Amino acid sequence: MKAPLAQPGAVRRRQTRMLRAGFIERTLASFNQRMERALSAEGLARADGLLQQLDPRVKVIGLLALVVATALARNLPTIICIFAVSLLLARLSRVPLRAIAARVWLSALLFTGLIALPAIFITPGEIVARLPLVRWPITAQGLLSALYLFSRVETAVTLALLLVLCTPWTQVLKALRVLGVPAVFVVILGMTHRYIFLLLETARDMFEARQSRMVGVLDGAERRRVAAASVGVLLSKSMHLSWEVYLAMLSRGFRGEVYTIDEFRMRRRDWAALSGFLLVAGLAAWLGYCF
Amino acid sequence: MLDLDFDVRCVSYRYQEVLALDCLSLAIARGQRVAVLGANGSGKSTLLRLLDGLYFPQSGSIAFRGEPLTEQRLQEDDYALAFRRRVALVFQNPDVQLFNPTVFDEVAFGPLQLRWPKDKIRRRVAEALDMMEIGHLRDRAPHRLSGGEKKRVALASVLVLDPEVLLLDEPTAALDPKSASQLIDLMLDWSASAKTIVTATHDLEIVDEIADLCYVFQRGRVIAAGPPQQILNDDALLRQTNLIHAHRHRHEGGEIHSHAHRHWHHEH
Repeated sequence: MKAPLAQPGAVRRRQTRMLRAGFIERTLASFNQRMERALSAEGLARADGLLQQLDPRVKVIGLLALVVATALARNLPTIICIFAVSLLLARLSRVPLRAIAARVWLSALLFTGLIALPAIFITPGEIVARLPLVRWPITAQGLLSALYLFSRVETAVTLALLLVLCTPWTQVLKALRVLGVPAVFVVILGMTHRYIFLLLETARDMFEARQSRMVGVLDGAERRRVAAASVGVLLSKSMHLSWEVYLAMLSRGFRGEVYTIDEFRMRRRDWAALSGFLLVAGLAAWLGYCF
Repeated sequence: MLDLDFDVRCVSYRYQEVLALDCLSLAIARGQRVAVLGANGSGKSTLLRLLDGLYFPQSGSIAFRGEPLTEQRLQEDDYALAFRRRVALVFQNPDVQLFNPTVFDEVAFGPLQLRWPKDKIRRRVAEALDMMEIGHLRDRAPHRLSGGEKKRVALASVLVLDPEVLLLDEPTAALDPKSASQLIDLMLDWSASAKTIVTATHDLEIVDEIADLCYVFQRGRVIAAGPPQQILNDDALLRQTNLIHAHRHRHEGGEIHSHAHRHWHHEH
């Protein structure tokens, strides 16, 4: 005897529930997205662009100098000029503006918006408009200070993102040594970055294994149980891994002190780029601070 | 009498409820190539960690070149650095061993800890990468490499020290046959100059190539020792220690045939 066919409505409801995706599917999708993002970032860092060809120390010092100039600037045209320089650098380094917009511009806008919004109303000055319904005054000085905040934040995060996108993370860390960051912090950050990937892969494998054995949709309580169990297993695995890594370090002579070696070499174009960065940043700082 | 690298006397080691080594005794001579054979959980990896001074016997003793290998001795800087320079371990799971951000940093880690001059480190790292044929990977992140590449980097990271004793924990585990064969070739090339190599494995296919002497483990004890051919021809011993199993397959006429299967290329 044939099993009764499910009613089309019931099938649709079940499909909708599946599409609404439970905890596991969402977690899995999130892991995959992060892995893909990390991979695409690494691809950009190895692209044949202007920033990618420079010594990481030049990028760290040069872009940081531009960020400082942005922070010091007291007039909008200077900040906008530095922003334009950052867009030009992005273009010459083959970084798609869409990637920057999606990664930082929108979130920076939202974040600074929350901070800048009250300033529009509470900064004393010439009233240019009133908020409908509540009639709060919007002042010219308030708008200007909000604009300063927006432009400074957007410019600074664009410069920071350019550094991260155009430089392999490992080299960014090593370059931090030139700024006096202690070796032990650099090594710990490097190991964290390295093992986050392993942890993500382990988590993804765990969730895929669980998903392959699941039928239907979990209810809320079950999802929480799965989440707690997964976190517990991951913690236990990472504890075991950290012990094994420690043994591997001991085995190769680690005695509690950290030693590193840098492989950077400054070429003529690196010196030229460093001079260019410092010149632009110095000029911007002077124009932005004195005018 | 042969000079001994390791003299292991009635060593026991327990992980909470599990007894990994049970009054185990064996000797490893200088320049000898030894295979430690046994099924999973027979105590092979634990022995390697004891020989590398990472674990210490809960009873019994281990001597390295005539001197007791103890926790107290390895706390002395001079002794520890000399021992780490002489004895190196390649872990079974390369992800454990590859903890640095790039392949170059990974291979340079050991020499840096031993405080070699930086020019010497750069030169030796380049040589080790060339020897393992992974020079093109020097700036890559280890987690982006294939299993075979990871194993090569792990091997390069210890061979850069040019150790006198190399301990290998399942060197061919999770490798495809070609990568496994290449790895063995590289290892044999390196060991041509009278190095001691101790390999823990259950891969019988490589034993003949990598060992002059085999120890067969079961439940933390040595139950047999001898040259590879003697051990590999002892079907009863290999079956008893789960190193071979019955292999069933169907012949053309539909008849089902069964014989001992030892994952050994001479068998097929």
